[in-house]
Amino acid sequence: MEDAFVFITLTANATVRVATPLILCAMAGLFSERSGIIDISLEGKMLGGAFMAASVSYATDSAWLGLMAAIMFSMVLAMLHGFACITHNGNQVVSGVALNMLMSGLTVVMGIAWFSRGGQTPGVSPDGRFLPINLPFAEALSDVPIIGTFYSGFLSGHNALVYLAFLAVPATWWVVYRTRFGLRLRAVGENPHAVDTAGISVAWLRYRGLLICGGLTGVAGAYLSIAQNASFVREMSAGQGYIALAAMIFGKWRPVPAMLACLMFGLLDAIAIRLQGVVVPGIGEVPVQLIQALPYVLTVVLLAGFIGKSVAPKAIGVPYVKER
Amino acid sequence: MTSSTDDAGVQPGGSNSPPVAIELQGISKAFGLVQANKDVSIRVEAGTIHGIVGENGAGKSTLMSILYGFYEADAGTIQIDGKQVQIKNSNDAIAAGIGMVHQHFMLVDTFTVLENVMMGAESGALLRDSVVAARAELERLESEYGLHVDPDALASELPVGQLQRVEILKALYRGARILILDEPTGVLTPQEAEQLFRILGALKDQGVTIVLITHKLREIMDVTDNVEVMRHGQMVAHRKTSETDKGELAELMVGRKMRTDLQKQDANPGETALIVENLTVRDSYGIAKVDNVSFEVKTGEIVGIAGVSGNGQSELLEALSGITGLDEGRIVYGDREVTPSAPVNPEEVRKLSVAHVPEDRQKLGLVTDFPAWESSILGYHRDEALQKGLFLDPEIVKTQCVSLMEQFDVRPPTPDIKSANFSGGNQQKLILAREIDRNPKVLLVGQPTRGVDIGAIEFIHRQLVDLRDKGGAVLLISVELDEVMTLADRILVMFEGRIVAEVAGDKADEKTLGLMMANAFSETPSSDENVSGASA
Repeated sequence: MEDAFVFITLTANATVRVATPLILCAMAGLFSERSGIIDISLEGKMLGGAFMAASVSYATDSAWLGLMAAIMFSMVLAMLHGFACITHNGNQVVSGVALNMLMSGLTVVMGIAWFSRGGQTPGVSPDGRFLPINLPFAEALSDVPIIGTFYSGFLSGHNALVYLAFLAVPATWWVVYRTRFGLRLRAVGENPHAVDTAGISVAWLRYRGLLICGGLTGVAGAYLSIAQNASFVREMSAGQGYIALAAMIFGKWRPVPAMLACLMFGLLDAIAIRLQGVVVPGIGEVPVQLIQALPYVLTVVLLAGFIGKSVAPKAIGVPYVKER
Repeated sequence: MTSSTDDAGVQPGGSNSPPVAIELQGISKAFGLVQANKDVSIRVEAGTIHGIVGENGAGKSTLMSILYGFYEADAGTIQIDGKQVQIKNSNDAIAAGIGMVHQHFMLVDTFTVLENVMMGAESGALLRDSVVAARAELERLESEYGLHVDPDALASELPVGQLQRVEILKALYRGARILILDEPTGVLTPQEAEQLFRILGALKDQGVTIVLITHKLREIMDVTDNVEVMRHGQMVAHRKTSETDKGELAELMVGRKMRTDLQKQDANPGETALIVENLTVRDSYGIAKVDNVSFEVKTGEIVGIAGVSGNGQSELLEALSGITGLDEGRIVYGDREVTPSAPVNPEEVRKLSVAHVPEDRQKLGLVTDFPAWESSILGYHRDEALQKGLFLDPEIVKTQCVSLMEQFDVRPPTPDIKSANFSGGNQQKLILAREIDRNPKVLLVGQPTRGVDIGAIEFIHRQLVDLRDKGGAVLLISVELDEVMTLADRILVMFEGRIVAEVAGDKADEKTLGLMMANAFSETPSSDENVSGASA
């Protein structure tokens, strides 16, 4: 009983750790796509943010400055995407792919130029990282059965960005469904002509959606390099931006279902780690690579078969041009 | 260029002339080479319904889009309630008290009526207060103008008549005192249109100024106080509605007498070129769109098929041209018999010397992205004469295209211009040139003059009659009654997929045909046995 509870707690913690950047990116993607801009460049923005966070944290020994730098840099990247897609009516997928490729290469080039370590950044000191936070009374309550263990073993002991990620979900929901900005954002993704004739600037609205998107991907990037890890490693985003995009579509462009989808992917990943080295009766040890591939395989299967009818914002992917 | 009227007052808002709500002066707007508006001036008195009429493409919508800030004018000034205003975007227009109901509704389908109405005019950064305020305001507007719509209904679930009310509510919610409606009845049933006009009347009584853009003269005569006529981007006339009539307005719209008397000799029908026997075509649901239709077309005659759009004419034309198959019956072109078991394709139909001018020139007649010379051989592109070895020879095609363009007065006669960049009339002439030039035995024509300017209409009609006189058999399908009556030697009336009447072209009159098209013609002279049989 106690063992099972420990196992569950450990798996839950691992799930949260993996899901955190996914949730941040999914919320980021939601702001972009609800405004009608496809954002396949979550991956690239997160990677760029991760690099900036590690570099600035290393130089300043301040995690918060590192976070700010990541947010700013990812916002700049988002504006680049906006300049191509909103101002110049470019193809949103092409622009997104270009950003991903740019960041995949540029982070390594800058890493080599600044730190001469084969594209990595040097290790960040503990001051430059977001370390686990113990919630009040976590120590004292750890002996209380169930509730205490849950509090100190699961709720407590995560770094600040994890809590931020989970706060981002209700915050996103509130902004999208309860504010004037959210109403207009949803409108511009469905019918930009309606927004334009209501006297609102389509471009400025979409730029704002992308700015929020950039900021959140920056936080996700900082989480990767200065919270979960202690340095930047090339390609450290490892496709999580795409997974987050899939989770958001899976959640039908809604904050809470998107978060649940992220948690599901996180859980699969956590289970995959747990399963490594486990000997399955009759088959023997399951190859590590197969287990590592499991979340991705399930992603494809789930997306293909179980997502149900998922209706995208109607104007997504279409540059807004006043028709003649 | 308003023609002078008895509006004596030059100063707006003078003591005895009514106040002026809108005054546009010298508005010009060009899109590339197309001059959509040219030096347009207009005065709209406050609290009146002001009509603007004109043919498609006359520049009415552009003018109103400028007033609403959707486009910026190249030149000219705008005065609202006597004050000069700059309208750079829709926000400026809304601030000036202008509201617009667009031809295509500007609504968000996934929003409720309430959300659609308040979007852009929320009372604060949070929605909670806005919702309360908007709900109260909607109730007030409803009681004041009788504009009832369920505020919590999703826009996607409402019928078009209701959606239009939402658009009007949107404008009123923003405090509009001037309401522009762009072709508001195009999507409405006659009953819905009737309701709309009642609402407009109520708004007018409350002092709202209404600008109504339409090309339907009946609406102008029914509801407006003043009317303005536009032609080719210019304002050509201003009338008080009570002092004009449909005939005068129609003449002003097209710039000359409407009914051009086409000089044409009596038909001289020869042998039978096309036989249709018990033809039935079903759609994918199994419903007969063409229902047991039989007729013949002889050489040297034009047979016209009249009917309200959507009564099986399109399906008939597609079956005859080989685009779709037939389910029952047979078609005979010369000595080729087409039955459900021996179908035909469009290429073979063309080889049988049956040419086809399709109803929708942009979708079926041309590839709009192709240059004119490529469009000029579509369907005949395998013609040996156009090839050089294995390949098409562009030089030969272009030379042929230029000569076609000269013969058929396609302007400009430049084969390298993209097909999309020709006007509707010139596109149609190019298609007609392609199909008629080979002197087909049978010509199938659908809506030959839809959206075509009047000069081109005359030319196209002439070409069809000439082909007939040279011994061609022409089957003309058109929803324009005038056109069928002008051209056809025999008129068949189609209703719900069946041929319900046949009339000789020179004996047809508009009223009788109209009744036949609605299948409401009962006093048929008893020469027809079936009538007495049915009533017994």
